[in-house]
Amino acid sequence: MIAKVRPHPSQNEALLFERSSPGKQAYQLPELDVPAVSAAETLGAENVRGAIDGFPEVSEVEAIRHFTRLSSWNYSIDHGMYPLGSCTMKYNPRINEVVARIEGLAWAHPYQPEALSQGCMRVMARLEAALAEIAGMDAVTLQPAAGAHGELTGILLIRALLAHRGNPRKKILIPDSAHGTNPATAAIAGYEVENIRSSETGALDVGALVRLVTEDVAALMVTNPNTLGVFEHNIVEAAGILHRKGALLYMDGANMNALVGIARPGDFGVDVMHLNLHKTFSTPHGGGGPGAGPVAVKKALEPFLPVPRLRRSGRKLAWDYKRKHSIGRVRAFYGNFGVLVRALAYILAHGGPGLRNATVDAVLNAVYIRKKLEPHFDLPYPSPNLHEVVFSDKRQAEHGVHTGDLAKRLIDYGFHPYTVSFPMIVHGALMIEPTETEGKRELDQFIDAMISIAGEAAADPQLVKGAPYGTRTSRVDEVSAARKPVLRWKAE
Amino acid sequence: MRYLPKSDSERREMLRACGVSSPDELFAHLPEAARLNRPLALDPGISEYEIADYFRARAAENSNGYASFLGAGVYHHYRPVLVDAVVSRGEFLTSYTPYQAEISQGTLTAIFEFQTMICQLTGMDVANASMYDGSTAVPEAAMMAARATGRRRVLASRGVHPEYREVLRTYARFQGMPVEEFGYDAGTGAIDLEDLERRMDPATAAVIVQSPNFFGVVDKVGAAAEIAHRHGALLVMVFTEAVSLGILAPPAGADIVAGELQSFAISPSYGGPFAGVIATREKFMRQMPGRLVGQTTDSRGNRAFCLTLSTREQHIRREKATSNICTNQALIALMATVFMTVYGKRGLRELAEQNLAKAHYLAAKMQPRFSGPFFNEFVARVDGRSPEDLNKALLKKKIVGGLPLGRWYPELADSMLFCATEMSTRAKMDAVAAPPAPAKPAEVTA
Repeated sequence: MIAKVRPHPSQNEALLFERSSPGKQAYQLPELDVPAVSAAETLGAENVRGAIDGFPEVSEVEAIRHFTRLSSWNYSIDHGMYPLGSCTMKYNPRINEVVARIEGLAWAHPYQPEALSQGCMRVMARLEAALAEIAGMDAVTLQPAAGAHGELTGILLIRALLAHRGNPRKKILIPDSAHGTNPATAAIAGYEVENIRSSETGALDVGALVRLVTEDVAALMVTNPNTLGVFEHNIVEAAGILHRKGALLYMDGANMNALVGIARPGDFGVDVMHLNLHKTFSTPHGGGGPGAGPVAVKKALEPFLPVPRLRRSGRKLAWDYKRKHSIGRVRAFYGNFGVLVRALAYILAHGGPGLRNATVDAVLNAVYIRKKLEPHFDLPYPSPNLHEVVFSDKRQAEHGVHTGDLAKRLIDYGFHPYTVSFPMIVHGALMIEPTETEGKRELDQFIDAMISIAGEAAADPQLVKGAPYGTRTSRVDEVSAARKPVLRWKAE
Repeated sequence: MRYLPKSDSERREMLRACGVSSPDELFAHLPEAARLNRPLALDPGISEYEIADYFRARAAENSNGYASFLGAGVYHHYRPVLVDAVVSRGEFLTSYTPYQAEISQGTLTAIFEFQTMICQLTGMDVANASMYDGSTAVPEAAMMAARATGRRRVLASRGVHPEYREVLRTYARFQGMPVEEFGYDAGTGAIDLEDLERRMDPATAAVIVQSPNFFGVVDKVGAAAEIAHRHGALLVMVFTEAVSLGILAPPAGADIVAGELQSFAISPSYGGPFAGVIATREKFMRQMPGRLVGQTTDSRGNRAFCLTLSTREQHIRREKATSNICTNQALIALMATVFMTVYGKRGLRELAEQNLAKAHYLAAKMQPRFSGPFFNEFVARVDGRSPEDLNKALLKKKIVGGLPLGRWYPELADSMLFCATEMSTRAKMDAVAAPPAPAKPAEVTA
C-alpha cells in the first residue's frame, strides 16, 4: 500500500503521536554538573510519575518537518489579503519580532529589582503616553491581556467609580450590533445586560437611549465606528444623555483603526475604552493570540486602575502597589509585555503623521471596495462607511447561495474569507475590512474575485456551494465535530 | 511609508473611483465636535535601524548578564532553537483564529496536538486551546466549578501564587463568589488539611491548591481532593512550573487543572505574553471556557480539524457564555507544543531530573524553611541578614538572588524563595550560597 494518498510531501503529514517511535529524540541536555538525586527519595515515591504515555518521540529533523508541513496548510497575511471584518488583519512588521526578542527585554524577569528593570518600565511608560494621546484620554493601564480582558477591566472600573459615588447600579446597555464579548463581559462584572435595538439606519438609536437610561444604568458599551463600519454620528449627544443621568460611556476599541489621528474617543465623550494592540497596532494574531488590551480612561477613573501602576520617582520609574481605590489585579505581573514592545515599535515606525496616513488608507480601501462591489451585492445600510463595509447575501440567497458559501468560494480565488454572518443585525452578512496594508492590485484582484463569485452564484449555485476545491482539505464537517467531540488523539 | 503599499498616483486614482477629491473628504461626515483638528503629538516616524537602536538602549537599562535565582511563577529554562524557527513562520505568526477550517489546518492540527499533550501530562480527559495565562486560568476554573456544582464559594490555599489569588478576587468579587483562604503547615509548607476541613461548607464549589506550591513544595492534592469531594466540591489543581509535570505524578483526584506553561520555551519577557491552560474530566467538558479543537472529516472523507463546541462561547451565547475570552494565546501555545515535541517522553523527564538535582544541590548549602518535598524551588532563611540585604550583596556579584517573601507573607519576612533550573551552573550556585559579608563590601570581587 502506498502511504502517500496526497501528492505533495507536505500534504500527507501524520500527527506527532503517529510519527513517534521509541528511543528517538530531538534534544540533548548538558551533562549535569551537580550530583544526581533520586526522585523517589527527594519527592517521595508516591509523588513520582511513570512514563508519559503517548508523548512524542521524534528526532529534530522530523520535528521541524512536521511543523513546517503543518504551516503550509495555513493561509496568512504573508500570503495575501485577509479581509476579516472587525479583526484588522494588517501586515505585521518583522522589526517588531526582532526587537521583542532582544535579550535584555525577552529575558527580563518580572520580579528582578526595579533598578534593573528601568528599560522595560520606560518602554511601558512611553507606550502608555502614546496610547493616551491617540485615544484622547488621561491615563492608560497596559495590564489586560486581550480585548475582552480589557472590556472586563473597563467595566470593573466603571463599577468601582459608581460604587465610590454611592451606587454601582444594575444594568449595562449594549446595542444589538455589538461583539459577543460585550454582553459576556458585563455578566462577569455582575451587571444585567439590556439590549438596544439599532435604528433603521443601523446607528445607535438616541431616542431609545433616552428612554432606557435610568438611574439603574451604569454604562453604555458602544463600538465606534460600529460593526457596520459606520461612525456613530450621535455619539456626542449619547455621551451627554448618559452623563446627565450619572452613567458612563464605554467604547469597544476594536475598530480604532478607522479613527487613529482623525478623531479621539476622549474628545467625543468616551469615559473608558480598550484598545486591541493586535488589531490597530499591528502585533501579530498568531493564529488566535497573544494580544493585548490596554484600557484608557478619563481622570475620574484613574484612581481605580489595576495595581501596580507605573509611577515616576525622581529620575527613576517605580511600581506603585499602594492604591486604596484600585479594582485589584486583572492578571499576574504587568501585562503582555512582549506584545507591548511590538506595538510601540509600530507607533515609532509610523510616528504621529504616519499613523493618520495609515488610517486614511484603511478607510480609502474600504470605501473603494464598497464602490466597486455595490452593484453586485446588497448593501443593507447605505450610511457612509469608514474602515469596513458590510454587505448582505440577499441577492445570492435567491439562488440558494449564502454568505458562508460565498466565503468558501473566495478561498478558491486565493483569498481568506471576510467575516461571515456578523453583525447579527444584518441577515447573511459579509463583513469586509481590507486594512491599509493592501495595495490597489491586491484590492482589484479581490474585487474581481467577488464579482466573479456573484456571477457563479447566479449561473451555477452548486459550484459555489461545494467550495472550496483547491485546498488540501475540502469543506469540513463541523456538525459531526460538535455532535461527537473528539478533542484529543488516542492510540488505536 | 514602507508599510503602506500604494503610490500617490494609485491613491489619487482610487479617490477618483470613490468620487471624492481629497482624503479628508472620506471623513467629512464625521461630526465636527468629534474630529481632531491637529496632528497627534507624537514624534515623526523612524527607520527600522533607529527602532532597533531605541529598544537596544532600553534593554541595556535592564539587568543584562546577571545570573538569576528567581522563579515564583516565571522560570529561566533553555529555549530550543526550533521553537522560534517554527513560530517565526508567517503561516503561523500572521494568521487569525482558525474559523475557516479549510485554510487553517496547520494551526488547528497543532492545537489538537497541544490539547492531546496537555491531557497526557495532566492525566485529564480534555484540555482547551489556551487561556491568557495561569493567573486568569484560576478564576476561569473557579467559575467553571461554580457552574458545574451550582455553588458559589471558593476556598483557595495560601500556597497558590499570591498574584493569582489577587486576580481570582478581582474576577469573583461581583459574581457573588466569596473567596476565602486556608493556610499552610508551618513545618512542611504544604496545605494545612485540618484548616481546610474546618473551612469546608455545603456552599463550597471549589478547593484550589497549587502544586508545586508557591513555596516550591509538592502539595497534598490527593488529600485535598478527598476532603473537597466529601463535601461535594471540586478540586482545582494549579501549576506554575510546567516542567514539574515531567516527574511528578499527575494530580489524582483533581477535577480541573489550571496551569501556566511559561516554562515550556516561553521567554520571561517581563511577565508576558505567557499561555495558560485548563484541562478537566470529560463530564465537565461543556463547562470549559475558551476555544476547543475537535477532529472531524472533510467532504472527501479525510481527517480534518475544526473549532468546536462553540455554543459555550461569547460570540454565540453572549451574556450566557462560559467566559468572555475571545483572543487567547495560540502562538504561545504553539511554542509550548514545539517544546514538548523537542523534549518528548524522555527529555521532559531528564529535564525535570536536572532541575530537581540542581535545586537540591543549592538547598543543601542553605537552610530550607520547610520540610515538605520540593521540585526546583524552595524557601530559605538567611542567618542574621535580611533577604534585601543579601540580595544587595549578591547584585555586586552580578547575581539576582531569591525573592523576599515578606511582601505577601509577613510571617516569612526573614525568608526568601530560591529557584534553580537546568540553567543554574554549579559555580553560580556556590556563589549565591556563599555571599560576600555585608560589613566589608570593599573586599567583594566579581
